[in-house]
Amino acid sequence: MAENKITSTLDTTQYIGVVVDNEQYGIDINYIDNIVKMQRITRVPKAQPYFLGVINIRGEIIPVMSLRLKFGKEPDVFNNKTRILIIKPEQQASIGFIVDEVKEVVNLAEDNIDHKNSSDPGNTYISGVGKHSDGLISLMNIQAVLAEKEEQAK
Amino acid sequence: MDVSQYLEIFIEEAKEHLQSLNEQLLILEKEPENKETINEIFRAAHSLKGMAGTMGYKRMQKLTHDMENVFQEVRSDKMKVSSELVDGLFRGLDALQEYLDNIVNTQDEGTNENQDLIDLFAKELARASEGGAAPAEAQPAAQGGEGQAAAAVQTAPQSSSVNGLDSITLNDTDKSVIAKAVAEGMNAYAVNVEIQETCVLKAARAFLVFKAVEPLGEVIKSIPDAQAIEDEKFDFDFSMVIISKSSAEDIKKAIMNVSEMKEAVIQKIEAENVPAQAAEQTHEAGAAAQPAGQAAAGAKAPAAGAAAAGAAKGKPVVNRSVRVDIDKLDDLMNLVSELIIAKNGLVSISPAEIGTDETKKGNFHEQVEYLERITTNIHQSVMKVRMVPIESVVNRFPRMIRDLSKKLGKKMELFMSGEETELDRTVIDEIGDPLQHILRNAADHGLESNEARIKAGKPEVGSIYLNAYQEGNNVVIEVIDDGGGIDVEKVKRKAIEKGTITPEQGEVMSDKDIIDLLFRPSFSTAEQISDISGRGVGLDVVKTKIEALGGNVECKTVLGEGSTFTIRLPLTLAIIQALMVVIGNEKYAIPLANINTIEDVPATDIKFVEGKEVINLRGTVIPLIRLDKILDVTDAKKDQESLTVVIIAKGDKQAGLIVDDLIGQLEIVIKSIGKYINNSKMISGATILGDGEIALILDATTLV
Repeated sequence: MAENKITSTLDTTQYIGVVVDNEQYGIDINYIDNIVKMQRITRVPKAQPYFLGVINIRGEIIPVMSLRLKFGKEPDVFNNKTRILIIKPEQQASIGFIVDEVKEVVNLAEDNIDHKNSSDPGNTYISGVGKHSDGLISLMNIQAVLAEKEEQAK
Repeated sequence: MDVSQYLEIFIEEAKEHLQSLNEQLLILEKEPENKETINEIFRAAHSLKGMAGTMGYKRMQKLTHDMENVFQEVRSDKMKVSSELVDGLFRGLDALQEYLDNIVNTQDEGTNENQDLIDLFAKELARASEGGAAPAEAQPAAQGGEGQAAAAVQTAPQSSSVNGLDSITLNDTDKSVIAKAVAEGMNAYAVNVEIQETCVLKAARAFLVFKAVEPLGEVIKSIPDAQAIEDEKFDFDFSMVIISKSSAEDIKKAIMNVSEMKEAVIQKIEAENVPAQAAEQTHEAGAAAQPAGQAAAGAKAPAAGAAAAGAAKGKPVVNRSVRVDIDKLDDLMNLVSELIIAKNGLVSISPAEIGTDETKKGNFHEQVEYLERITTNIHQSVMKVRMVPIESVVNRFPRMIRDLSKKLGKKMELFMSGEETELDRTVIDEIGDPLQHILRNAADHGLESNEARIKAGKPEVGSIYLNAYQEGNNVVIEVIDDGGGIDVEKVKRKAIEKGTITPEQGEVMSDKDIIDLLFRPSFSTAEQISDISGRGVGLDVVKTKIEALGGNVECKTVLGEGSTFTIRLPLTLAIIQALMVVIGNEKYAIPLANINTIEDVPATDIKFVEGKEVINLRGTVIPLIRLDKILDVTDAKKDQESLTVVIIAKGDKQAGLIVDDLIGQLEIVIKSIGKYINNSKMISGATILGDGEIALILDATTLV
């Protein structure tokens, strides 16, 4: 990926801070290809319920997932703060995450991250919790968010 | 010499030559007297030998060389074409193919000497030469002073056949040129040049020899002819006739200056005593080589060359083609896709931007139409570049059927039509195996034994037809046999036996449904497994493969009369014509290829059969599908009095899709909707409309 080495000195990782249902999440900036405003989503029949459909980003058709629905929260209410994060987990595949709001870029040093205990039965979409100036931020485990689709598909 | 850069060309061309050899050999078997064919074979074998030699594939060269000798004898009528001989030659071709496959995989020809084949050909040659004709195989070249005679012996078979009888008729011209030269005070020399056996690039050395003598005089003839020497079609020596003012010594010196020369023998030709001298010098040689060689004249060499070239050009040996990297074509294709999207964009912004100004509007539309015309043309020509005649796949089948016929002990013939039908390259690459499988099935299971055929009052020789033709946006390939057909009852019994269906199910299934069982995995009705087919891993693979290409396969059969397998394949994969429809506030595209007709049906015409909605359309009962229900569209129009029904077809099954509205026909670019979203089979992809909106493409065939 193009910006693989955005990680600056002192082992800090940059996260994009987003809000989903009043909770702060951090998404590793290396995954993020683009952030776009809410746009018209074309519904895809018979898709998983948390996939709202597909959007057109510069000629590429990208499926869009509602993180709220994925996380079992209330359905999205779209307003002018709603954003779609275009995530590129692989070279040839993109996916869009709908979030309530995009806050800021957070620099987290390794020391400030509390890695999730693997035996922790809590939220499986979180890989750890980061501490920064004004509070805690849940670090999203992208692969877990994506991988689960196979289980649900069955 | 580093030849690796030529490897790809070598492989491609060797394939073409082998294919041509296979085809021509089949013709030769049927028409042993066909001179045109044997010449063609000879040319192909010869080129192959030269290429293999240049690339350093010695074993391949050796085998081709021996086969070429056999063709040589056949060409000069010293050997009769027998079925055994053709069998041997086919085995030879298979061995060459094996070398070639090895080269493709490892860049090395492998170590199989194929000595048995070489011996076989040697035996055939020996038998031919017993007939009293001139010695077919060259004796080991004689040395020194006898070089010329030896050379004549060696080259005689080639030159006599290359030039044939016309060398004698031209002889007078040769003589007159020599006579004229002598009269002008010049000398005519017959020169035999022998190259060292260690020499690798003989043709290059020969070229240097010609270069060396050029300043001294004029080479009016060479044996073999110039083209043959250039192709390295000689062993280690060649002869030429030179008219020169220089002395024999000077010429010899010039020749020997070229490195890797073994010997040059020069003989002065006196115009008057040409025949006597010739007979004495090269008494063993074929009649043609000698007078031509000695009394040759200016007209001869070019004439022979021209004749050879003419013959070669007379028939298209291989397709004239440029090989293009498929990636480059894909890039081009993507660009065209973009262009089409852009064009669609232009079409959609027109009304808003232009307002009411009529002139502007006219201009704008003119431009849009122009752009449309260009994009259509580009699209078509790019598609054409990707199109390959199906011939490149099917041309190996006659040979396969011949082999199968021998192996199975059944007489059969393959009739092919429509080989020129073109398909997308990607499809062509994939379609070979399924087709081969169906053909094998037809030969093995389809056709009955000869005795059974006679008993059934059919012609003894079974026929298999392979027809290809274009039908709308599809290419149809049919494999038809006039064999026993599929015994539906037998299939049913077998299916019940295997537990594929229950006896109750078997009762209610139509014949067609039962035949479709054949396409299920692990289902073979062959009583015994042969090594040709019947392992039960067949038709399901065929079906999967063809469906992966976006096509479908169907089987029709009449017991006692034969079966027909019909394969339908899409012409192109990336851009299609589609009908845009509206359901609720969503737009969908239905590929035009699947659509039969569009009908307006009054709601009162809907009938119910087994609780399902159907309409009776001109005598055909067609089930109706309410797309809004299937696609979970909530805001579709309800309770209309008149319904818009798109009649789609898959094979001979039909269905009517109820839509809210039609938008029109549009050329769309198929795009994937990504791997993460759980895609139902109904949606085959998506496309981007002019305004950037996405429309999903319905795979109508899954709905029927």
